Formats: sequence, structure tokens, C-alpha cells
Amino acid sequence: MSVTALPGARASGLRIGLRAVLIGAVLVLAAMPVLNQLPQDHALHVSDFLVSVTGKWICYAILALSLDLAWGYAGILSLGHGAFFALGGYAMGMHLMRLIGPRGVYGHPVLPDFMVFLGYQELPWYWLGFDSFAFAMLMVLLVPGLVAFVLGWLCFRSRITGVYLSIITQAMTYALMLAFFRNDMGFGGNNGFTDFKELLGMPLSTTAARAALFYASLVALVGCYLLCRWITGTKYGRVLTAIRDAESRVRFLGYGVTRHKLFAFVLSAMMAGLAGALYVPQVGIINPSEFSPGNSIEAVVWVAVGGRGTLVGAVLGAFSVNGLKTWLTSTAPDLWLFVLGGLFVLVTLLLPRGLIGLVQGRGQGGPK
Amino acid sequence: MKGRRLYLDGVSVVFDGFRALNNLALIVEPGELRAVIGPNGAGKTTMMDVITGKTRPTEGVVSFGDADLTRLDEAAIANLGIGRKFQKPTVFDALTVFENLELALKAPRGPLPCLRWALTGEAKSRIGATLREIGLEERAQDPAAILSHGQRQWLEIGMLLMQDPDLLLVDEPVAGMTDAETEHTARLLAGIAGRRSVVVVEHDLDFVRALNCRVTVLAEGSLLSEGSIDHVQKDERVIEVYLGR
Repeated sequence: MSVTALPGARASGLRIGLRAVLIGAVLVLAAMPVLNQLPQDHALHVSDFLVSVTGKWICYAILALSLDLAWGYAGILSLGHGAFFALGGYAMGMHLMRLIGPRGVYGHPVLPDFMVFLGYQELPWYWLGFDSFAFAMLMVLLVPGLVAFVLGWLCFRSRITGVYLSIITQAMTYALMLAFFRNDMGFGGNNGFTDFKELLGMPLSTTAARAALFYASLVALVGCYLLCRWITGTKYGRVLTAIRDAESRVRFLGYGVTRHKLFAFVLSAMMAGLAGALYVPQVGIINPSEFSPGNSIEAVVWVAVGGRGTLVGAVLGAFSVNGLKTWLTSTAPDLWLFVLGGLFVLVTLLLPRGLIGLVQGRGQGGPK
Repeated sequence: MKGRRLYLDGVSVVFDGFRALNNLALIVEPGELRAVIGPNGAGKTTMMDVITGKTRPTEGVVSFGDADLTRLDEAAIANLGIGRKFQKPTVFDALTVFENLELALKAPRGPLPCLRWALTGEAKSRIGATLREIGLEERAQDPAAILSHGQRQWLEIGMLLMQDPDLLLVDEPVAGMTDAETEHTARLLAGIAGRRSVVVVEHDLDFVRALNCRVTVLAEGSLLSEGSIDHVQKDERVIEVYLGR
């Protein structure tokens, strides 16, 4: 069978330990909406706030995983992954808008409020089909996948790599942000979409709907993690690692590097889209600020802090950096951006393998 | 698939007015072992780049069997059966010795076949045989990052063997090697030739003599002399470019 990366009994012990920790973490997360039902004064009660913020972090963790697949394994440092997240979010948002139906402020049977306000007579063609959940879910994956395919194909076949590729992905998310700000795009301009009512027949304001979205996100996170774990354990995963470390050498072995990178990039964009789609109904709004370059850069920081190229590290990074952010923005909001920047510098200098490197370093005595 | 000849004729490569190759002609017959020598800047590495698709010739014919190499990219040329070993050994540090060989093993190269790839007994025994051939059996599970310089060279030769190419291009295989390592490498290459065509670029004339094959001398991007090592070493023009002007 496949060869383990960490030789020795100690490493396999570490592996089993890691698996136990992961299963434990999933169980703790799964318990949160249940503990939320306990009476307020119960010692184990989990507040509404904590449940809703954790639901968001789970979506961020999926985004971090997707970025880790592209960056940590295939070496594609995307500074525009937030765009794929936002596109998935917009696809979900369009579905939620269609479900509002005649319950909007203007009471139009089909058109969302912003379209009535902007004087639309009928639904633009690209809104057709979004009343169907299945179609919307398909778009959640297809739209980010298609954008990634076109961008990736153009860049990878021209052998644009490294910092140039990063700048292009950053420019892409910025361009999309400007485009979505425009009212005539038909996506609600700078207000975006909000005032969602229901999803799959469940009113979004209910506790049950919140718990369902929380669990759906958790299942998606576990599924994406297992998918990435599987992919990176196959020969394809090793091809990606090889491309990351010595791209031209892989070409001389006869691998079509463009195809391999494209496959990973598109898959990664789809995962990011899924994360965005789960995020939007939980926060109740999507607007063009989700495309802002800062969001994509934050996602890179999560992965770097957790430890890139490890998958677990990406998830850990998403939870810990966002936990810190939530705490700091309530206690010392002015400090957050300095802390974020400082964190990135410190981790790069002192912990090149991230938080995960700390744990592994102790178990393994370093890689050499 | 076997029995194709490498054919270069009238090949020129011009970089910003500088002629790295100038009307070069070279024919390597199937199964032939050929050494290419020449002073620095003679165009040896550029010639390799042209054959493997890294550099496009400004003009000229480059073909392997009936395939026109000037129209194909590196991966397609590699899949035609042309393998290359670089001057500076490049192996994948993050992967083990075994995994490096597994990646090089001739098999479908697309993403989906790689995802579905399962190590069969046959593949395993081929990798095992190559590990023995390059003398790295003991190191199979070590990451390539911790190999010595000589071991990296052998691993790269091993990766070439896994590709099962019909033509091997080997750039300075013994640069920076100890005498014992050089000897081992000469044995490896001699074992490879005969089964396939091999072109070796080398500076070390003793090593070239040990290869005991036809020698091509390049100078300033053109063919200067060709023949046995004794023949070219007696050639006035070769002596002139090597020993000064």
C-alpha cells in the first residue's frame, strides 16, 4: 500500500493520536447546538452567539481547507480564494431571494425587492432556474469552478506562477468586487442580498433551521477534509507536491502540469464555493464586500498560521485566528489588523510549519 | 516503439542575436551510446533543451523517429520516450526515494488515472529492481531531501529508468562525484546503453574514454568533429579549441 510519510512507531502513534483528537473535536462541535438547548443557567449551556459564530468558523475552515489543497499541496498561492467563496455565496443568495417570493416589501410575485426598486420588468435570464434548490446547489459548485477553470487555464498554460499568479488572483477578486457593486449587474449592487425568509421549507429564523445549517456545515467540513485527505494520499497528491517543489522537472517526467494544476484549482474553487453557500444563510446577508481582497488574504493567514500542506493545520488555523479575531474585535477593535499582520510575520519567521509544526515537531523531532 | 533515431539538421538557436546553436547536425542511431563534449558555451546544454522541448529552435529540423519535436511540449516529448537527466540533480525532496521512482514509473499521466492509481505487484517489483540497480534499497523509505549528492544523481538516473525511455539524455552525470561514485555511475550508464540510445554530455575526458563510444565535439554551437575518442583527440581543430588559441 502507500508509503507513510512519517516512519516509525512513534509517528504512527502520533497518527492515531491525531485521529482521536479530530474525532473528539468533531463530537464537541456536534454537541454545541444540543447544549444550546439547555437552560440558560446550566453549567454546560452554550450561548446562541457561540453557536452562530462557530457555524461561521466551520465555513471558514472549509475555505481554509480548499486553499490548503491549492497552496499547500499544488503550490498555487491564490490571493483570490475569497472570490470563489463569495460566488458560491451569491449562488445560494440568489436561491434564497427567489424563495422570498411575494413576501418582499413590494410584494412582487417574482421579482426580488431590489429589482422592483431598480425598475426591472422581468427576471434577468441568469436568474432563471434559481428557484430550484438542486439547480442552485449545482451553480454553487459550477460557477466558482468555471471561473477557476478559465483563469487557471489561461495562467497555467502560459506558465504564470509564483507572485505573478498571486497578483492575478488578487486582481480577479478585486475586479469581481467592483463588478458586483454595480446595480446594473442584477445582483443587488452594494446592498447585495438580505432579508432571507426560508430554505428548503424551513424558516431561517428558527433554532431548528440554525441547528440544521450548523450540522450541514459540519458534515461538509468533515466530507471536504476526508476528500482532501484521500486526494493527497494518492499518487495524484504526490504529483501535486512534486509540482509545488519542482514544476519543470515534473514536465520532463511526462506529466501535463497544466492539467494537474487546473484539476486541483477547480476542485479547490468548488470547495470554496460550497463554504460560501453554507455561510450565507447563517449570516443572513451577502454583499460585494465578500469579494474584498482583504478576505482572501485573511484566508491565507489562517492556513499559514495553522500550517500549510497539512489539512489539519488549515482547519486549526481557521478556528484559532477567527477565535482571536472575534475576541479582539470585541475587546480592542483597533488592534485587530495590527495583530493579524504581526501574526503573519511572526509565523513566517518563527513557525514556518505553523501551529501544527509545533505539535509534530515534538512528536517527530523535526523532519531531518 | 523501439528503434527510432534522433535526427537534428540545420538547427540554430538565437537568443537576442547570440547564436547558441549554429547550423548543428547530429544523428544518434537506435541503441547507440554517444558522448558529447565541448568547451563551456559550446551549446551542449542548449542542444539538450532543444531536443526535450525546453527551447524552441529558431530554425532547423529536430525529429525522433517520425515525430517532429519542434512542435511538442516537454511532457509530450517525455511521453514519446525521451528522458533527461539534468546537470544539477532534481529530485522531489518532500517525497521518499520510493515515491520518487513511483512517480517516474511509466503509467497513464492524467489526474484521474493518478487518483485511481494502485501500486500493483508488478509495479512494486519494477521499483524494487531499480532500487537495487541504483543501490538505494536501504534508503527506499527515506525522504529524498536527506540523500547525498551522489545518491541524488543515482536516484535521478533511477527515475529515468522507471520512465523506460528509448532515448536518454544525460547532462554531466559525474560532476561533483567521488571516484567510487563515478565508477558506479559509469557502470550504471553502460548497463543502460544497448537497450536504448544514450547521449551523455560530459567534461571529464577520462570518463568519456571509459564509456568507449563515438564522440561528438561541439564548439560555438556547431559540430566540430566526430569519431572515436582517439580520433577527436588528434583532431587539430579540437586541440585548438580545447588548448587555447
